[in-house]
Amino acid sequence: MMKNRQHIKWGFLFFFLPVVLWLFLLIVLPHLELLRLSFSKANTGKFTLDNYLAFFKEPIYWLTFVRTAGYSIIVTFLVMVISLPVSFYISKIARGRMTGALMILILVPFWVSELIRVYGWMILLRESGILNHFFVSIGLFKEPVEMLYNDITMIMGLVYTSMLFMVVPVLGVMDDLDNALIEAAYDLGASKISIWRTIIIPHCASGLVNGGIIVFMLVLGSYLTPNLMGGKNSLWFTEQIYNQIILYFNWNQGAAFGFLLLALSSLIIWVLLKLTKQNLKEVVK
Amino acid sequence: MIRSLPSSKKYRGGFTLFIILYFIFLFAPLVVTMILAFNDSMYPSLPWQGFTLDWFFGNGPEKYGIFHDQTNLRSLFTSFKVAVAVMIVSTFLGTCAAFLFEQENFRFKNALYFLMIAPLVIPGVILGISILMFSNTIGLFIEDHLGIYVSFLGPGFPLVVLGQSSFISTIVALVVSARLKKFDHTLEEAAYNLGANKAEVLWFITLKYLRPSIIGGAAMAFLMSFENFNTTIFLVGSQATLPINMYMQVRDGSTPVINAISFLLILGTSIFAVVNLTKGNKKLL
Repeated sequence: MMKNRQHIKWGFLFFFLPVVLWLFLLIVLPHLELLRLSFSKANTGKFTLDNYLAFFKEPIYWLTFVRTAGYSIIVTFLVMVISLPVSFYISKIARGRMTGALMILILVPFWVSELIRVYGWMILLRESGILNHFFVSIGLFKEPVEMLYNDITMIMGLVYTSMLFMVVPVLGVMDDLDNALIEAAYDLGASKISIWRTIIIPHCASGLVNGGIIVFMLVLGSYLTPNLMGGKNSLWFTEQIYNQIILYFNWNQGAAFGFLLLALSSLIIWVLLKLTKQNLKEVVK
Repeated sequence: MIRSLPSSKKYRGGFTLFIILYFIFLFAPLVVTMILAFNDSMYPSLPWQGFTLDWFFGNGPEKYGIFHDQTNLRSLFTSFKVAVAVMIVSTFLGTCAAFLFEQENFRFKNALYFLMIAPLVIPGVILGISILMFSNTIGLFIEDHLGIYVSFLGPGFPLVVLGQSSFISTIVALVVSARLKKFDHTLEEAAYNLGANKAEVLWFITLKYLRPSIIGGAAMAFLMSFENFNTTIFLVGSQATLPINMYMQVRDGSTPVINAISFLLILGTSIFAVVNLTKGNKKLL
């Protein structure tokens, strides 16, 4: 017994040390450093609030921040609205092998990198793009129209790139929904709308929240889609961070922006978790 | 309403149409990107100028296909190196974490677990800048106090690998944990009773049982690393990875060589996805 216990101790350290090193060297300490730099002056390293004050003084900064947050919420909501009927169809309407085939089909595009998917949309939508070529040749448009570089296209692109992270959890809970509940409601004369409102959506709430957290975080932190499909004026907050760090080499300002973004995403996730009385552990499962 | 209930033709037809449109939306950008890789034109757009394989095999003077395009080939190779390194690091860390959190008990276990899943809800941009700043600070500290310039603490290959591993390890940990949870511990006890020591049990029993999930997690790590942009952009040195190299070409206007690369990547990831999904690794998003 004694011997065995000693072995367990060594085994514990073998697993414990790499994990602790990973979490402290790559997660905890870097974020503390980010926080420290965000409160430091550029050259002297003295304590200052200037980096945060600049954020509130310059309308372009906080407007971008508010805009990014607002659009992220809209995108998350749109993704929820689209994912519900899609997963309902796959889980409850499609028959037999069709369900499996659709499942695979729906997952495949999302393994492809975000850059390629955005590139595909650029080829389709730009002034010399496929859709313009098509519309002009059938006479619907007189001349090509630029369909890229506006907010609506950008929102569509963000919905497209983040959809999977909602469809998968919603499909999961939709599968668990007992068909008998819907049948009973139907037999008792419930309308489709009330079946959706009182049975299906409440049942899917946990999947929607889990998906919502991941989608919101991804959209808030995305760079490629707003940069390539949205307007050219750096109006997504990650672009401001990129500009400060890579273009202006103002790391302290960039650190403050980074911390604000982190605070916003943590806050919204925390609120969502509190509202639905869940914890992060359950969400990532 | 659902399979087992009668529904009007209109309802069923309308729903099916919606799903068809959804799948067109899903696949249109990918299909168009792939087809235009074979267009005999200098631009990735219509009109169709005839079929060509030049964007794969062309060797100048007008068209350089992917297999003769030195810049893109170099970045492909860089991405491959990074992905292999990240795969090794994060499979090791992730598996350690799975063992640590599933099989060991210690103080602050919950706090440490929370730290481990946090990278999933931290935007990739923030992970990138915080690791960049932290390693830069350490580098400066060493230079000031010991007078040595440590090159691997600056942007470059090691930093990219560490930055990507910081969150990819978490994903491997979750994939491996999911299988470890279902492990039947009587198998271990039986092996101990037959005289095996801890290391033997770990190697011949537990790890053998975990093999599918470790392979699945490693494959996932490879793919996520290969496609990562948000974290990598801040950590990359002079050697650009493929997504970063492609991003610059897409942003500044490109030839269909990008379509050829996309074609190969889409094909590769699709095969990978279908193999994974049909083998029943549903945990893999």
